[in-house]
Amino acid sequence: MTLTLDAPRIVETRPLLEVHGVSKSYGTVQAVRNVSAHAYPGEVLGIVGESGSGKSTLLRMMNLEEIPETGSYTLDLPDVSGNLFELDRFARRMLCATKIGIVYQNPHLGLLMKHSSSGNVAERLLVAGERSFATLRQAATEALEASEFPLDRLDAPPIELSGGMQQRVQLAKAIALEPALLLLDEPTTGLDVSVQALVLDTLKRLQQDRQITMVIVSHDLGVIRTLADRVMVMRRGEVVETGLADQIFQDPQHPYTQQLVHAKL
Amino acid sequence: MSLSTLTKPWEAMSYGFLDGSAKRELRRKMLKSVAVPGCQMPYASREVPMARGWGTGGLQVSLTLVNPQTRVKVIDQGADDSVNAASIRRFIARVAGTHTTMDTLEADLIQSRHRIPEEILREDQVLVLQVPNPEPLRPVQPNMSIARQMHADADYGRMWLQLYEQIVRSGRVMQGASYPSLVNGRHVMTPSPIPRWDVPKLHMAKHLTILSAGREKRIFAVPPFTRVEPLVFSDVPYKVEGHGHLTCTRSGTTGFFMNEIPQDDGSSAFEVSDSEWGVKTIRAHDGEGESRGETWYKDGEMPQ
Ligand SMILES: Nc1ncnc2c1ncn2[C@@H]1O[C@H](COP(=O)(O)OP(=O)(O)O)[C@@H](O)[C@H]1O
Ligand SMILES: [Mg+2]
Repeated sequence: MTLTLDAPRIVETRPLLEVHGVSKSYGTVQAVRNVSAHAYPGEVLGIVGESGSGKSTLLRMMNLEEIPETGSYTLDLPDVSGNLFELDRFARRMLCATKIGIVYQNPHLGLLMKHSSSGNVAERLLVAGERSFATLRQAATEALEASEFPLDRLDAPPIELSGGMQQRVQLAKAIALEPALLLLDEPTTGLDVSVQALVLDTLKRLQQDRQITMVIVSHDLGVIRTLADRVMVMRRGEVVETGLADQIFQDPQHPYTQQLVHAKL
Repeated sequence: MSLSTLTKPWEAMSYGFLDGSAKRELRRKMLKSVAVPGCQMPYASREVPMARGWGTGGLQVSLTLVNPQTRVKVIDQGADDSVNAASIRRFIARVAGTHTTMDTLEADLIQSRHRIPEEILREDQVLVLQVPNPEPLRPVQPNMSIARQMHADADYGRMWLQLYEQIVRSGRVMQGASYPSLVNGRHVMTPSPIPRWDVPKLHMAKHLTILSAGREKRIFAVPPFTRVEPLVFSDVPYKVEGHGHLTCTRSGTTGFFMNEIPQDDGSSAFEVSDSEWGVKTIRAHDGEGESRGETWYKDGEMPQ
């Protein structure tokens, strides 16, 4: 009798996101140098590194806000093909609006501060072509609820809200169209420790409920440790080490990672 | 300096104040704007002996389109006899030798500010609207080069967001005049400061409408039989001003756009805004014969 073994699941699955060999410089500053990264469906990829290591630049490229000098970017989704860096402005905008959500560290980058919070979320659906007021209202409410935003502040403008609440509005906006990919750039940096914990809780719950693929960037190892399945360590625009979260935290290989992990402990 | 030193009377070969090259520029841009309905075309706006902001954009279009046989009607806020309308009308007649009229049905070209006449315009008529602010995206995007890119991408999410915000804040859409409208399913335009009442008149109209902003140097058009759809949510219907039941105290006509005249006792009286329509109604009542044409609104409603 012969025994046949199925190949493990993970091998069959293709990464949802694949970035290959991207480089980007600003004048003489090389912000990102030949970086490759991937994330499997439902996975949380954490990117950690000191300030100025190119994390935000990489994330902006994943959101197609910034086009690198070299490299390619693919998303394994229906109706999406080819190197996304080669899309024209119009196609790029539609793709970002419908497939990718982003939360910035600075809420001013992601929100219209004087519009209502629900309007900020509804804008996403408007861009995607929704034209029923009742549907917009409902979808905005649901997304804000999923982000654990207090619904009695539904129409308050973000400018009147606390930092933690502003991040929840950004999050609601990012998930309103149920994107395949959620990008988070230091989503809790600058918040009080207790508020930070609450926002991280929400992110964790969302991730578990929706199996959404996330890329989270932080200089804070604690944040990465809470959320990430896999970790990529960046320094001066380059990747110095990648691995499963447990691996990186228990048994860092690169001296820089060791330094980071030990400093944290 | 007087007007006579700036202008010369019309001659058989040279009329309309503007020189040949100015007219050619305007004609080209008018053709372009007809080719891409609702899309703003920049043009070289000339000086005319009138201050920018008083209808110089409309005037340049009118001066380009008229010839000595044209019958011209000019209205301001619906009235033919307001100072601004009268002086523009007199100016066009003087420099182009045109005939003038107050009768909407008789006019070949109608230049207007704030209103579209109540009588239905025909295929052979041209409506020229004076536009103070041609850019519908201005309230949501002050940077004009980004706004142009947004038009190119049909990126109108922010316009819709503005309507959403108005409903959230006030329970209804607050936009009164210049209601943003989608032309030919492609470009959003501001139809000059005409009231909401007049916007449906542009939809699939038989006449050509040219909208021109002299200070902003932009021209756009609604060609005949072109869709003009006000931006509205599918579940919040477009509403025109509730004038359908009002009666004009002077002429007794009912079911048209009215001007409100505050009275000493605090109440309001109403007068039909299209002054020529009022005059025609009075004449008909006095037995001077029926000269009124078909109107867009019937019994205060616009038939679909
Ligand atoms: N828009 C920009 N213009 C000029 N330099 C930039 C810009 N964005 C980032 N940089 C530079 O690129 C490097 C990486 O920045 P960034 O990606 O923001 O790092 P991180 O998010 O890891 O702190 C820094 O040296 C930064 O100064
Ligand atoms: Mg950063």
